[in-house]
Amino acid sequence: MFDYEILRLIWWVLLGVLLIGFALTDGFDLGVTALLPFAARTDAERRMVINSVGPAWEGNQVWFILGGGAIFAAWPFVYAVSFSGFYLAMFVVLAALILRPVGFKYRSKKPDAAWRSRWDWALFVGGFVPALVFGVAVGNVLQGAPFRIDSDLRSWYEGSFFGLFTPFALLCGLLSLAMLVVHGAAWLAIKLEHGAVHDRARRFGTWAALAALALFALGGLYVAFGDIGYRMVGAADPIGPSNPLRTTTEQVGGGWLTNYGRYPWMLIAPALGFASSALALVGIRAGREWAAFAGSSAGALGIIATVGLSMFPYILPSSIDPHSSLTVWNASSSAHTLAIMVVVTVVFLPIVLAYTAWAYKVMFGRVTTEEVRTNPDFY
Amino acid sequence: MDPQVIDLSRIQFAATALYHFLFVPLTLGLSFMLVIMESVYVMTNRPIWRVVTRFWGRIFAINFVLGVATGLTMEFQFGTNWSYFSHYVGDIFGAPLAIEGLMAFFLEATFVGIMFFGWNRLSKLGHLIVTFLVALGTNLSALWILIANGWMQNPVGATFNPDTMRMEVSDFGQVLFNPIAQAKFVHTVSAGYVCASVVVLGISAYYLLKGKWVAVARRSMTVAAAFGLASSLSVVVLGDESGYALTDNQKMKLAAIEAAWHTAPAPSGLTLFGMPDTTARTTRYKVEIPWVLGLIATRSLDKTVAGMSELVLKAHDRIESGQVAYRAVETLKNDPNNQTARAAFAMHGRDLGYAMLLKRYVADPAAATPQQIDQAAWDTVPNVPLMFWGFRVMAAIGFLMIALFATAFMLCSLRMHLNAKWFLKLAVLAIPLPWIAIELGWLVAEIGRQPWAIEGVLPTFLATSTLSRGALWTTLIGFTLLYGTLAVIEVRLILATIRHGPYEHDDDPQPLPGPIPAEPVTA
Repeated sequence: MFDYEILRLIWWVLLGVLLIGFALTDGFDLGVTALLPFAARTDAERRMVINSVGPAWEGNQVWFILGGGAIFAAWPFVYAVSFSGFYLAMFVVLAALILRPVGFKYRSKKPDAAWRSRWDWALFVGGFVPALVFGVAVGNVLQGAPFRIDSDLRSWYEGSFFGLFTPFALLCGLLSLAMLVVHGAAWLAIKLEHGAVHDRARRFGTWAALAALALFALGGLYVAFGDIGYRMVGAADPIGPSNPLRTTTEQVGGGWLTNYGRYPWMLIAPALGFASSALALVGIRAGREWAAFAGSSAGALGIIATVGLSMFPYILPSSIDPHSSLTVWNASSSAHTLAIMVVVTVVFLPIVLAYTAWAYKVMFGRVTTEEVRTNPDFY
Repeated sequence: MDPQVIDLSRIQFAATALYHFLFVPLTLGLSFMLVIMESVYVMTNRPIWRVVTRFWGRIFAINFVLGVATGLTMEFQFGTNWSYFSHYVGDIFGAPLAIEGLMAFFLEATFVGIMFFGWNRLSKLGHLIVTFLVALGTNLSALWILIANGWMQNPVGATFNPDTMRMEVSDFGQVLFNPIAQAKFVHTVSAGYVCASVVVLGISAYYLLKGKWVAVARRSMTVAAAFGLASSLSVVVLGDESGYALTDNQKMKLAAIEAAWHTAPAPSGLTLFGMPDTTARTTRYKVEIPWVLGLIATRSLDKTVAGMSELVLKAHDRIESGQVAYRAVETLKNDPNNQTARAAFAMHGRDLGYAMLLKRYVADPAAATPQQIDQAAWDTVPNVPLMFWGFRVMAAIGFLMIALFATAFMLCSLRMHLNAKWFLKLAVLAIPLPWIAIELGWLVAEIGRQPWAIEGVLPTFLATSTLSRGALWTTLIGFTLLYGTLAVIEVRLILATIRHGPYEHDDDPQPLPGPIPAEPVTA
C-alpha cells in the first residue's frame, strides 16, 4: 500500500491528530471542571456548570484512552519508555482522572452539602491536575527525558518525580492549563444561560487567554535561547528497523528551531497559536462566544502542532544518552501493523466523528437553571 | 531484575484487574438487559416498562462509571508497570487495544451520555437504538480486550525480529481469529450476562419479599429469569471448552486444573476431588469420574491428556533448543549480517522464550548448567492447588446458576414467583456468587498462564518496567486507598438507590393475573 516511510509519517500525523482531538474535546471538560469551584458558587450554579459537559465528557475522554492505545499500537517504544519513565506523574494523572467520572456521577446523588462540596473539589482536581501535568510532560519531552536503552532494548529511567518540575516544564504546564481554561471558559459561554456564572466564566477566560499568550511567547524565547534541542548526526534511515541504537543524536542548544529555517511553512503553526489565542481573547471580551470557541480550538491546535513540528523527527529524546532518543524513524511498529491500523482508522474515525457530531446536535442548546432543577437525569 | 519489583508489579496488576472486573461483567450484562426492557417498552407502549428501564439504568450508571474509571488504569498499566512487555509485543498487542478504543469504546461512551440525557430529546425508537449501541459498544470492547488477552495465552501470527528485538505481526488474521480468544470471549460475556441476571433477580426478589415496587420487581424478575437461564447455559456449555488442548501452555493449564502429574492412559477420568501435593508432585485422595476428561479435552476415548511431568520434559527440550536461538540473537546484535546466526535462529527461533526462562537463574542463558535447565523446566508448572480449587469452585457456581435460573424460569412461567418465599430468599443470597466465580475464573486463566506473560514467548519476570520498589509501593498504596474508598462509596450508593426504588412511582397498570386460564386465550 504505502511504503514504511510514508506509514511512519502518517502515524506521526495521526499521533498529533489524537493529541489535538483530546485537547479540543476533553480539553474543555478539563477546563470547565478546573473552573468549577470558582466560576460557580451556589449548588444550582455548580450543577449548571457540571451539566454543561454532562452528556459529552464520557465520549470526550475516549480521545485520551484512544491516544494511549494508538501510541501503544503505533509507537510501542514511546509508550513503553514514556509511561514507565514518568511513572509517578502518570499515577497522579490517573488518580485525578479516576476522580472525575465518579465525581460527575456521584455528586448529585445525595442532597448533603458537604458531600457535594467534596465532589466539587474532586472534580476540580480531576480537571486542574491533568491539564497541568500534561503540559509538564510536554516540557520534559522537549527538554529530553533521562533514560537509556540497553542492548536488549530495555529502557532504564534515571530521573525522579520532583526532577520533572523544572522551570521550563512548569512553564509548559501553566501554558497547557491556561490554554484549556480558555477553552473551558469559551465552552461555558456557549452552553450556559446568561447570568452570573456566564459572566464569571468570561472573566476567567479573559485572564487565561492573556496568560496563554504570554506563556506561549516565553516558551518560544526559552526554546530559542535556552540550551534545549537535539539534532540527528548523519542521515536518518526512514525505512530502517525500529531500533534506536542504530541512529545517532547529539544535543544542541536552539536545535528545536532548525526545522523552521529548513521548512518556513512550518511557521504557520506558531502563528496560528498566537493569532487564534488572540481571537479567543477578543471573542470572549466582545461576547462573540462562537468566535471565542473557534479561537481557543485553533489556538490549542496551533500550540500543539508547534511542539510537534519543532521536534520532528524526534518524539522522545534522551537527555542522558542522546543515542537512545526515539524518533519517527526508529520507534514505530512494523510496517504491517502500521498499515493495518491505517485501514482501521480510515474506516472508523469518520464514523466516530459522525456520531459524535450527532450526539452534540441532540444535546444542542444552553443549560438553564430551570432545566437542572426539573430534569431527574441531570447530574 | 529485583524479585520484589516483579512481585509488586504482579500484585498491582492483579489487584487493579480484579477490581476492574468487579464492574465490567455487570456492565456487559445489564446493558443488554436494558435493551430487552426498553424494547418491551417500545413494543407494548406501557409506561411501566419505561420505569423499569430507567430504574435499572440508574444502577447501570453507578456501576458503569467505576468500570470506566478503573479501565483507565488498566490501559496505561502496560506502559507504566510492564514496559518491557509493551516494547516486546506492542506491535501485536497494542493493535487490539487501539481498535477497542476506536471501534467500541467511543461507541459506548458517546451514546451513554445520550442514553441518560436524551430521554426527552429523542423518539422512543431513537432512544432504544441509543441504548442498543451502548450495549453493542460494551460487548465489542470485551471482544477486543479478549483478543488481546487470547493472544497472550496463544501467541499466533507473530514472529521475533532480531533487528528490532521484539515480536512482530506476521498474520493479523490469525491474531483476530485466534480460537482461544473466541472461546474466551463467549465464556466471559456470558458470565457477565449471568452476573447481571443474578443482580436483577436478587434485587427484584428483595422487593417482592418486602412487598415494595411489586410492579417493577415482578417484571424485572421475568426478564432476569429468561436472560439468566440462556446465559448460564451458555457460560457452562460453551465455556472455555474449545480453548484447552491447543498449545503446550494450555495443556499445562489443563493438567494443573486436573492436578494430573502424569499422563494417564486413555480415556482419562475427570478428577472430582483430591488434595494436590506440590512437593511430592502427586494428588492424594483422588475421586475420579472415568472417561469424562478424555471426552471433554480431546473429544475422543483414545487420545491421552498430557500430564505435567511429560509437559515439563517437553519444556526441557525447548529450553535447550532456545539456548541456540539465544546465542544466535546475541551474535546478530553485533553483526546483523551473520548468515550462520540467521540460519540458526530460523531453526530454533520459536523456542527463544524458553531460553529466557533461564534468566531467573543465570545472566547468560547459553551458559546454564543442567540443574538450572531442570529448574527452569519445572517453573513451567503453575500453582497447582490454586488452579485445582479455583476451577472447581468456579465450575460448581456455574452449575448452581443453571439450577437457580431454571427454577426462576419455571416459577415465572407458572406465575408462582411472587409467592415462593423460599426462592426469593435464595435469589437474594445468590447475589455474590457470580462475582466469586468470575474473579476465580480470571485467576485460573491468568495464573494458569504463569510463568509466562506471553505463553512460550516472554516470561513474566522479564516483562516488568525498571522501577524502584519505592515507586511501586507508592502506587500500590495509592491505588488501594483510592479504590477502597470508591468501593465503599459505590456500594453505599447502590444500596441507597435500591432503598429509594424507581423514581417514577407508577401504579401497577395491570394487576397480577390469576392462575393461568385453562382455555387458550384467543385474540
